[in-house]
Amino acid sequence: MNFRDRMLDEYKEILKTYIHDQTEQALYMSQKFSRKSIEYKISPEEMISLHKTSIMDLEPDLPESLLLSLDILLEVMMSYGLAYREHQSLRTIQRELINEIEVAASMQQTLLGTQIPRISSLDIGAISVPAKQMSGDYYHFVSHENGAISVAIADIIGKGIPAALCMSMIKYSMDSMPDDSQNPGDVLERLNRVVEQNVDPTMFITMFSGLYHPDNHTFYYSSAGHEPGFFYHAETGTFEELQAKGLLLGVDKKAKYNEYERKVEVGDVILLMSDGVTECRTEEGFLEVDTLIAYIKKYIHLSAQDIADKVYKELEYLQDFQLRDDFTLIILKRTA
Amino acid sequence: MNISIDVKELDQQTTMTLAGEIDAYTAPQLRETAFPYTEKKQASVVIDLSGVTYMDSTGLGVFVGLFKSLNANDGTLKLVGLSDRLKRLFDITGLADIMNINSEAEGGV
Repeated sequence: MNFRDRMLDEYKEILKTYIHDQTEQALYMSQKFSRKSIEYKISPEEMISLHKTSIMDLEPDLPESLLLSLDILLEVMMSYGLAYREHQSLRTIQRELINEIEVAASMQQTLLGTQIPRISSLDIGAISVPAKQMSGDYYHFVSHENGAISVAIADIIGKGIPAALCMSMIKYSMDSMPDDSQNPGDVLERLNRVVEQNVDPTMFITMFSGLYHPDNHTFYYSSAGHEPGFFYHAETGTFEELQAKGLLLGVDKKAKYNEYERKVEVGDVILLMSDGVTECRTEEGFLEVDTLIAYIKKYIHLSAQDIADKVYKELEYLQDFQLRDDFTLIILKRTA
Repeated sequence: MNISIDVKELDQQTTMTLAGEIDAYTAPQLRETAFPYTEKKQASVVIDLSGVTYMDSTGLGVFVGLFKSLNANDGTLKLVGLSDRLKRLFDITGLADIMNINSEAEGGV
């Protein structure tokens, strides 16, 4: 007995049961049957043909007109069958695309990977979580020969794959900068020229660039339209915004970036973040700066990485575990 | 997550009144609607943002794009009716220094 005959028998049995005494059982069986036919890729028009054969067998005295009507139904169902097969093939393509994006996302991780530098006087922590598969946030550390550390945090406006590609460009121009131009203002001016020339005119980048000198424990910084960070004074237990003015990268190639500096004492903490942190939306509206600071303060005594992880957990909880924007938080804490 | 865009054209001036949220989902719609008006020679575009409840960096990107396009065509862009939150966004990004921005909504015509 071949497959079609077996299906035919099964269908005929269901039909017979139902015609005989309209039980729930027969309806249930037909639902099961329908799932099985989908699994075995039986098209809608084949089902009609199966139905016609069965009913002719079971009720040979049916009026001719009813049987003829089934031919029309069969013709009409053909398009449904085609649409269904198209849907199936699109699903296959979609699965392939998802795989490709996964590969790209993991490649992004590898390409853009950055090592958190280790220096004796500074404890550094970082967390970056994309809202979608590919992040538009980016951070990067560079250790210089003289012991200084550069840190950059950027948000590529325009999300997804184009942003990710753009980020690789930023990373390589940062890595290829000569060791003698570490000043945050210079870094931004150079990158601004790169971005202005090379990037799609509707794509922009905000970036905060900093340099920590362990010799004099001073943090130098400049901002290109980036969300200001916070500075925690251990002595007074107070927070202050790291105000810095500067235009987004990629808008005006002649833009200049002012440099600011801050003396860092033992226990002081520098917090850098993306706008996914400050623009975090909760059920009651936007996250207020005071609320954010309260969370940071709650964990400020911990190690840098723990502060970053714990604050992320708190905000993730506030947003019901649904990140709307990429989230990046970098913590620099002077320990000695 | 919705946006409404109302466009009025009077002589050389185009006034757009936006309401709703400008984010990654609605930004493309705003860009497509607004861009053609910035490509005319010496166009003057006024955008009223007093009905905008949320805008993220993608939205900001649209305004920078419009600004650049108008500049390239000797046109002008003016943003009016910014809430404190929006004003802060333009301040932080340095755009408030190069764009014409006003917290008050335009009075009259």
